[in-house]
Amino acid sequence: MATPFRIPGREPLFGARGWSAIAAFLAAVTVLVPLLFLAVPESSPFHLSAYAVTLVGKIMCYCAVAVAMNLIWGYTGILSLGHGAFFALGGYAFGMYLMRMIGREGQYQSELPDFMVFLDWKAYPWYWSFTDHFWYALALVVLVPGVLAFVFGFFAFRSRIRGVYFSIITQALTFALMLLFFRNDTGFGGNNGFTDFKRILDYRVSEPSTRAFLFALSGVYLAGCLVLTRAIVRSRFGRVLTAIRDSESRLMFSGYNPLWYKLSVWTLSAVLCGIAGALYVPQVGIINPGEMSPANSIEVAIWVAVGGRGTLLGPVIGAAVVNGAKSFFTQSFPEYWLFFLGALFVAVTLFLPRGIAGWVNRHKESGS
Amino acid sequence: MRWTLRGVRALFGWLSLLVLAATAAAPAMALEAEAVAGLMSEEVADKAAAVDAIAAAGDEAALALLMALQEGTLRATPDRRLIIKERGKLRDAVTGESLETEPDDLDKVTLNNRLRSRVESAIASLRILSRDPAQRLEAARGIEPSAASLPILSRALAAETDPAIRDILRHAEAAARLQGGESQARIAAIATIAEKADGRARALLQPLTEKSTGGAWAESDAGVRQAAIEGLASVERRLLFYDYAGRVFTGASLGSILLLVALGLAITYGLLGVINMAHGEMLMIGAYATFATQQVFRAHLPQALDWYLLCALPVAFLSSAAVGMVLERTVIRWLYGRPLETLLATWGISLFLIQLVRTLFGAQNVEVANPSWMSGGIEIASLVLPWNRIVIIGFSAVVLLLVWVMLSRTRLGLFIRGVTQNRTMAACVGVPTGRVDLLAFGLGSGIGGLAGCALSQIGNVGPDLGQSYIIDSFMVVVLGGVGQLIGTVYAALGLGVVSKMLEPHIGAVLTKILVLVLIIAFIQKRPQGLFALKGRMVEN
Repeated sequence: MATPFRIPGREPLFGARGWSAIAAFLAAVTVLVPLLFLAVPESSPFHLSAYAVTLVGKIMCYCAVAVAMNLIWGYTGILSLGHGAFFALGGYAFGMYLMRMIGREGQYQSELPDFMVFLDWKAYPWYWSFTDHFWYALALVVLVPGVLAFVFGFFAFRSRIRGVYFSIITQALTFALMLLFFRNDTGFGGNNGFTDFKRILDYRVSEPSTRAFLFALSGVYLAGCLVLTRAIVRSRFGRVLTAIRDSESRLMFSGYNPLWYKLSVWTLSAVLCGIAGALYVPQVGIINPGEMSPANSIEVAIWVAVGGRGTLLGPVIGAAVVNGAKSFFTQSFPEYWLFFLGALFVAVTLFLPRGIAGWVNRHKESGS
Repeated sequence: MRWTLRGVRALFGWLSLLVLAATAAAPAMALEAEAVAGLMSEEVADKAAAVDAIAAAGDEAALALLMALQEGTLRATPDRRLIIKERGKLRDAVTGESLETEPDDLDKVTLNNRLRSRVESAIASLRILSRDPAQRLEAARGIEPSAASLPILSRALAAETDPAIRDILRHAEAAARLQGGESQARIAAIATIAEKADGRARALLQPLTEKSTGGAWAESDAGVRQAAIEGLASVERRLLFYDYAGRVFTGASLGSILLLVALGLAITYGLLGVINMAHGEMLMIGAYATFATQQVFRAHLPQALDWYLLCALPVAFLSSAAVGMVLERTVIRWLYGRPLETLLATWGISLFLIQLVRTLFGAQNVEVANPSWMSGGIEIASLVLPWNRIVIIGFSAVVLLLVWVMLSRTRLGLFIRGVTQNRTMAACVGVPTGRVDLLAFGLGSGIGGLAGCALSQIGNVGPDLGQSYIIDSFMVVVLGGVGQLIGTVYAALGLGVVSKMLEPHIGAVLTKILVLVLIIAFIQKRPQGLFALKGRMVEN
């Protein structure tokens, strides 16, 4: 059982099988699905419905969140209960741009978004300035979650808040943000959030080709997140991260200061979530403060736990399985969904601590 | 506009004073035909004077007449007599004699709106002299202090023996005296008014200290004005004091609730190093146990319904404790040493319990009534302290005391403290750590159940009950540190009072955010909370 100690050399990120799997996935999301969706006539059994494309696109965004979560929890051992907030912040940042692009097509035909007209506001508040520029909006998508995570993480990690303490504090953070965004005066649409988007750049959001493009982009982004995770985990930096997870005190005794390692990976993870949120919003067509509820953030943790923490593909599998189950339950047996989710939390932690990926790996090992 | 209204009012005042002087000169204050004749006049001013005259008569017949006037059952005959026509029966309004035959051409005596309020006020003045204290109290509260009602107020005050009603009358009289007269009397009236610190005193004094739009003082008498300014300042000062006192009270109330919620949480967290995310659902179970007890009392012991709460306390404690112990045995026990996963598992349990309750009791809130001895409140000047909040503050103090006694004076408490400080060492010296965990978890959950029982008295009882308090109570535990009760106490009360102090200024949401920022800033200084255990506790 004991593996001999060795310092791994510079291996390629993926083997030949890995790269071909990635290539196949990219081909599927960028060529095959758009083709089936756009080119194949609706009468054909191979046609993909807009619903299916949206659903899968949405789940791919969730998968990217799970990958980001895996980076911080699976590899660094820091359980964040606030990733839903970063996801939503990215979504809101891009949502601001989408709201500006509605122009005068809103209900009240005003320059301002409907909710501002409704609140009798005369002009955009200062933090909305420049959001009608696409590139600025993209920068916000990265900067807002990134800066928040950096500042919050700096103070939290500096005072060595860790373990359960850190989780609880992040939960309070997302809860406070949710309350803030629920306020009408905050200027982000309050309860209803942003919706009714019309166009991105000059493309209409409802257009199938736009949808197919966003879908493909989400797929490419997910693949990118996976490659990035692999690269990080393989690097020296990644090894320090796993050392933090396994024994932070020992790492510190060896002369490392974990602060900047933790802070970098924490901020990176938040940014990855934010970008996923920005991809999610135009596909789903709505963002509201409910996305920031503490329950959503905890659900992200269970995706990762179900799939397998600290494995590359585990979180993707977990997010896909749990969200697939969620779609199924909420449509067919809505009253049993919480029973199922609750039982899943307990069962996975009790019986499947390494998740699906860990279970598969063990069977492979014992088989060979 | 304002000036004209004031002028009209003053005119009425003078008129009524004249009439009153006339009636006061008469040897007996009985209803007289001349006095009431004004009611049949076409002039509003005459009618008003008549109403005042009738009110000044102050006997049963006057009250009956005014009530009839108010209800529209007063009729005038062509020969200028007033007749009350009630349920088909007729009687003379002044003498009270009943009439056998209905005179021809009866005219209804009508009122306009201003007169109507005058009549109402007059009726109140008459009631104020009634023999029934309850009616007097009601009337004293309802009477509009004015120059017109001053004589009746003075008379009632002289006759009044009940101290509570006397107090109300004294202030009403002072308010009436303020309207006009000698400056000495008015200054004395201001002193009386300023004794009370409430919005009414402020509303009475404020106008005297202001300048009218023309730049002249609204109150021309400088002595009165000075007294009003001083009186107003003193009222404002005390109002501010009561405002802050009220905030401290609501803060203490919130703090006591947070304490109840966090107490159980802190015990399990200190012991197991795990924040029980399902703790909120222990509150919920406690609240539903209270509801169930109430239903049982309603069905079987309706005469003792007021005391169901006493019975609900042990029921809530035991049901939550039982659920907690089952959870400890079936789930949490198997996750020792994996705190983050325990966190997730307990969250799963909480989802499960919420849905279970939703399925059993429905998603709607259930109705839990306050017992009669907990409704109402204590009034101190402008402050109202509701009984249910006071009872809960007392209750949490009692629970705190019991927990403290349990932890510091009993064998189980000793074991719990031992395991909290050093699990391995405690096990080495023979502490059955497994059983201690089980009992401590039951204790923590049971206290949560008690908190739920308390919450059911001040808020809605629904499946989401626990969720609304739980994050705040996590903050209490984080802030207070573990291992010492006193940390939880300080943190809970501190958070409660600080939140309620900030809330009126910046709103509830920004308060929450600010409090979170403060907690994070505080943790920079003391990462282990207010009161951490000292010693060789190496974190792992």
